[in-house]
Amino acid sequence: MDFETFLIQLLNGVQYGLLLFLVASGLTLVFGIMGVINIAHGSFYMIGAYLAWSLTESFGNLWAAIAVGVMLSVLLGMVLEWLLIKKLYARDHLYQVLLTYGLILVFEEMRSVIWGDDVHGVDVPRILGASIPLTETLSYPVVRLWISAVCLVLAVAMYVLIRRTRIGMMIRAGASNREMVQSLGINIQLVYRIVFALGIALAAFAGMISAPVSSVFPGMGNQVLIICFVVVVIGGIGSVKGAMVAAILIGLVDTFGKVLHVEIAGVKLLPELAGMTVYLLMAAVLVWRPEGIFGKRL
Amino acid sequence: MSELRKLNSGRRKFLQDSAAVGGAAALAGLVPSVALAQGAGKIKIGLMLPYTGTFGQIGVGITNAFKLAIQENGGKLGGRDVEYVTVDDESDPAKAADNANRLVNRDKVDVLMGTVHSGVQMGMVKIARESGVLAIIPNAGVGAATAQLCAPNIFRTSFANAQPAYPMGKIAVDKGIKNVVTLAWRYGAGEESVAGFKDNFVKNGGKIVKELWLPFPNVEFQALLTEIASLKPDGVFVFFAGGGAAKFLRDWQAAGLKGKITLMGAGFLTDGVLEAVGGAAEGIETTLHYGDGIETPKNKAFRLAYAKSFKLQPDVYAMQGYDAGLLLIAGLKAVKGDITKKKEIIAAMEKVEIDSPRGKWRMSAGHNPIQDIYLRKVVGLENKVIGVAQRALDYPPASLCKMPR
Repeated sequence: MDFETFLIQLLNGVQYGLLLFLVASGLTLVFGIMGVINIAHGSFYMIGAYLAWSLTESFGNLWAAIAVGVMLSVLLGMVLEWLLIKKLYARDHLYQVLLTYGLILVFEEMRSVIWGDDVHGVDVPRILGASIPLTETLSYPVVRLWISAVCLVLAVAMYVLIRRTRIGMMIRAGASNREMVQSLGINIQLVYRIVFALGIALAAFAGMISAPVSSVFPGMGNQVLIICFVVVVIGGIGSVKGAMVAAILIGLVDTFGKVLHVEIAGVKLLPELAGMTVYLLMAAVLVWRPEGIFGKRL
Repeated sequence: MSELRKLNSGRRKFLQDSAAVGGAAALAGLVPSVALAQGAGKIKIGLMLPYTGTFGQIGVGITNAFKLAIQENGGKLGGRDVEYVTVDDESDPAKAADNANRLVNRDKVDVLMGTVHSGVQMGMVKIARESGVLAIIPNAGVGAATAQLCAPNIFRTSFANAQPAYPMGKIAVDKGIKNVVTLAWRYGAGEESVAGFKDNFVKNGGKIVKELWLPFPNVEFQALLTEIASLKPDGVFVFFAGGGAAKFLRDWQAAGLKGKITLMGAGFLTDGVLEAVGGAAEGIETTLHYGDGIETPKNKAFRLAYAKSFKLQPDVYAMQGYDAGLLLIAGLKAVKGDITKKKEIIAAMEKVEIDSPRGKWRMSAGHNPIQDIYLRKVVGLENKVIGVAQRALDYPPASLCKMPR
């Protein structure tokens, strides 16, 4: 591989990683702060994408669709937490998995009823429609660079929110000791509701901004869900910093795993085993540090 | 004492009577099925197709068109009425054998019709081979079903995965394309499609520079598009379908490769996704056994009848379901509805020339269609037929099927 191609593949890996971070950050927030495993996380990614498609059809442009879509997602998150999720805090992880798995099935059917089973596309907004020529054959679409930029901005915003604001302090305290925070007079119930709504709004937002490049089709949520859990497990449950590091790592491993040629003792490892690279990485991290790279020591 | 004895004999008598009634009922239950087997009742068709999930629409389309064909034949097969038993196979290979078993052994269907997903198909093929029930495949393209695992009672009205891709090999050479990179999902359909293209392309002097594979159903194409760009081939042959195909076509254009490198594929790359890709597929040529703009009276009549009945335009899958109906009609006509005369039905279905919306075709030695493959070009929202890529193509080779003749 020449140096130019190597740099481009590096860019591909980082860009994929940043998008993974955006989707997985919501999952790790909900899991780390509220202790709730939300298996339906991928479904919200799908809901975001479908919202982007149908709202763009109604409003005529993607920006309005994203604005309205995010508001709807936050609303959906708050309603879900109030109706169902708050019953899960005292429960075992198994009950959480069962309930949220049921949510996946419900969302899939509702998606089929409301929007149908066809494949749809969201047009890239004209100002992002250009492609930057990198080599004589290959161009890099501006929209992908924009998506990466948005992910970075959101990562910084999340850091500021959690580390530098009062509400962030309440969130972190609530994650450490829920009862104590409550007895200090803080409405921990409202804090949890906000965190859950934030978590799924992040997933839906990721679905919305990546809809122009990923297309909108049934099953897109399930594909993303598995890789999200890998990110969270490698990065450490509840650690947003861990999710960022893990996501970039996975993005790079997945990208280079597909294009490198590695052969050990006559056995062809790459790219034949490209599909396994991410899971092998996860297994290796778990053996070395079971709590993940930045997770709290078990 | 005598009262007790009377009670006991009363209970025993009651039990004996019940057993007698039960036995008679069981025997009575057997009699109608014997009568059915001799040709008095309805012909039972077992429909094993996906009605939910990603392939749900395809299952519905095939069922609609199949029933349309029977309806156009007066609602009868060989003069006998038809009843359906439907199973949603959910495109789940794990449940395939059980589902097929239930239809064949519990519901005792006369004909097994299905399915879409090749993994599920292999489960059905296994049961069909073991039970000898008449089986018609309206879509799944897994090559083995009409080659290595062929059987006299198994017929297919769709295609073998390698078949639509094969003619593209020669077309590529004729266009002056000398070296090609292939890219596909690493699963049955992807591997067989690429193999079909490669066979014909290399045979005609072309060179495959590299074979790229992506785990199914991964849709992160960026890394591989970058690699293709660095290899700079004349052409690229791909196999993707559905949502993955839509994403690929968009990514291909966004990477600036459209127009610089010729993109080729079997028709599934551009079928059903044109609305989703917003012009990214314009001008791409593909090969398939169907397309838009086949101006034969039979095709026009079929499309009109389908649209009238179901308020939708039929696609290639519905057309294959329609032909499954035509095939069965021909088979049962030859034996005047006597479903027990299996050998004669099979012989009739092997010989019949199906007058299909796609054109006329016959069965190959392995019971796969010998059919024309069309060359289509994407124009707007249509896959317009611009020519015939290859006439009466019988592929994969018949030598792989070892059926007793």
